[in-house]
Amino acid sequence: MARLDAFGDRLFRRLVTAAGWFVLLALAAAALSMYWGGREAFGQFGFGFLWSSDWDPVQEEYGALVPIYGTVVSTAIAMTIAVPVSFGIALFLTEVSPAWLRQPLGAAIELLAGIPSIIYGMWGLFVLAPFLAEHVYPRLDAWLGGWPLLGPLFSGPPLGIGMLTAGLVLAIMVIPFISSVMRDVFMTVPVRLKESAYALGSTTTEVAWNIILPYTRSAVVGGIFLGMGRALGETMAVTFVLGNAHQINASLLMPGNSIAASIANEFAEATTPMYQSALLALGFVLFIVTFVVLAAARLMLMRLNRREGR
Amino acid sequence: MAIARERLYLRRRLFNACSLLLSGAAALFGLFWLAWILWTTVSKGLDAMSLQLFTGMTPPPGTESGGLKNAIVGSLMLSGLAVLLGAPVGIAAGTWLAEFARDSRLGGIVRFVNDILLSAPSIVLGLFVYTLVVRPGGGFSGYAGAIAMAFIVLPVVVRTTDEMLKLVPGQMREAALSLGIPQWKVTTQVLYRAALPGIVTGVLLALARISGETAPLLFTAFNNQYWSTDMSGAMPNLPVTIFQFAMSPFEHWNRLAWAGAFLITVFVLAVSMGARFLLLRKKIRHD
Repeated sequence: MARLDAFGDRLFRRLVTAAGWFVLLALAAAALSMYWGGREAFGQFGFGFLWSSDWDPVQEEYGALVPIYGTVVSTAIAMTIAVPVSFGIALFLTEVSPAWLRQPLGAAIELLAGIPSIIYGMWGLFVLAPFLAEHVYPRLDAWLGGWPLLGPLFSGPPLGIGMLTAGLVLAIMVIPFISSVMRDVFMTVPVRLKESAYALGSTTTEVAWNIILPYTRSAVVGGIFLGMGRALGETMAVTFVLGNAHQINASLLMPGNSIAASIANEFAEATTPMYQSALLALGFVLFIVTFVVLAAARLMLMRLNRREGR
Repeated sequence: MAIARERLYLRRRLFNACSLLLSGAAALFGLFWLAWILWTTVSKGLDAMSLQLFTGMTPPPGTESGGLKNAIVGSLMLSGLAVLLGAPVGIAAGTWLAEFARDSRLGGIVRFVNDILLSAPSIVLGLFVYTLVVRPGGGFSGYAGAIAMAFIVLPVVVRTTDEMLKLVPGQMREAALSLGIPQWKVTTQVLYRAALPGIVTGVLLALARISGETAPLLFTAFNNQYWSTDMSGAMPNLPVTIFQFAMSPFEHWNRLAWAGAFLITVFVLAVSMGARFLLLRKKIRHD
C-alpha cells in the first residue's frame, strides 16, 4: 500500500511537472515554428524584408514595411486615445465616484473587454465607419486639412475606413484592459499615504499626481504596455476597418494594412511557397514585437508586486 | 499676501474640479461605446432573428433563406473539444505551479511565460498550429481548429488554477497529509474540492474567450458551408462564417452575420456572468 502510494505520488508529480514544461515549450515552439516557416522569405530578402515596401505576389517580391507601418500607426493612434481615457476611468473608479457606483461601473467597463473582437470589427465597419465618413471626417478635413503640419494627416476623401477608424476601434478595445489594470494598481496605494496628503490639504488631483502616480509608476506603464501588446496583435477588428490597401499614405483617413490584417486576409490565398513563407515571416515579426512589449509589461507589473511583498 | 493665498487656493480648487470632471467624462466615454456597440448588436441581431436560424444551413449567395445551424453546431463542437484539450493540461500545469513550484525559479519563469501566452495575439497561435498540424497533416481540419483554440484556453486555466489553489489555506494540506493521505490524493480530493468554484470559473472564462475567436480558425478549421460533424475535415463555425458573411456584398448574408454576432455576444456575456457569479458566491462563503 505504501509503495503504491509512493508510486502514485511520483506519477502525479511527473504528470503535473510535464504540464508545466508544456506551457514553457508551447511558447518556444510557436516562435520556432514561425521562424522556420518564414526562413525562405528571410533567406531570400534578408533584413531588407523589414524595410522594403514591395508586396507583389506575381513578381514574388515581398517586404514588410507597409504592414509594419500600419500596425505601428494604428497602435499609436489607439494608445494616444486610450491612455488618458483609461487613466481618467481608473481615477474615477478609485477616488472620485461614490462607493455604490464603483462596482457596477467597473463591471460594465470590464464587460467591454469580454465582447469578441469580431463584433467590434463589424460594428466598426457597418456603424462607426459610415458615421465618421458622413459627419466627422469631412469636418476634420475642412478644419485641419489646411494646417501646415497636421494638415496632410487629416486630408483626403472621407472613405470612413482607414487608419484613424482602426485606431479608434482599437482604442475602444484596449481601454477596458488598461483601465482595469490601472484601477487594480491604484488600489494598492497605501491608504495612509493618501490620507496624509489629504490631511496636508492636497486636492484629489494633487494626490493623484504626487502620491498615486509616483507610487504606481512602473505598474501603470506595465498596464499601458499590456494594452499596447493587445493593440499590436489585434486582428479581426482591424481587418474589418483598415481597408486592406497595400500602401503607405500620409493621411490617416486613407486605408492601409497591418501585419495581422495582411495575414488574416491573404493567408488562405497564399498558394506559392514564397508567398506563404513571407506571411509566416510577418507572423514571426509580430510575435517578436508583441513578446518584447508583453515581457516588458509583465516585468514592470512585477516590480510593484515585489514592493508590495507579494 | 492673504489675497494671493486666497487666489492660489481658488486656482488649485478650480484645477481639481476640472480634472475630476474630466475623469468623470472619461468614464462616460467608456460607457458610451459600450452602450453603442451593445445596442447595435442587439437591435440588428434581433431584427435578423428567426427560427430558421437554428434549422437552416448557411445559404449560397443570392438566396433569401437558410440559417446558421451547421455553423452553430460546428462552433459548439470546436469550442467543446478545445476546452477538453486545454483545460486538463491547464489544471495540471496550474497545480504544478501552486503545489510543487510555488517559490522556485523555474516556476517563476513558467508563470511569466504563461502570462505572455495569455495576451499573445491569437492569430500567431493560429499560424503556429497551421505549421504544426495543417501543413504536415495536409489540409484544414476541425482538430487543428480545436488545438489552436486549446492554446488560448491553456493559459487562462493555468492562471486561475494557480491562483485559486494558492488561496486554499495551508492548514488544509497539513491536516490531510498528517492523516497519512498521499499527496496526489490530497490534491485531487481535498484541494481541488476546495478550489472547485475558482477552477470552474477559469474554465468558463476560457470558454467565453474562445467562443468569439476568429483569427486562429481562419487557417486551421477554415470554414465549411455544408453540414459536417467530421472533425478531420474543414469544419463550419460561427466566427469565420460571420467574417465571410459580413464582408460580402449580399444583404441577406449581412443579416445572418448580425444574427450570428448577436448569438455569440449573448453566449459570451452569459458565460462570463455565470463565471463571475460562481466566484462571487465563493468569496461570500470564505469571508
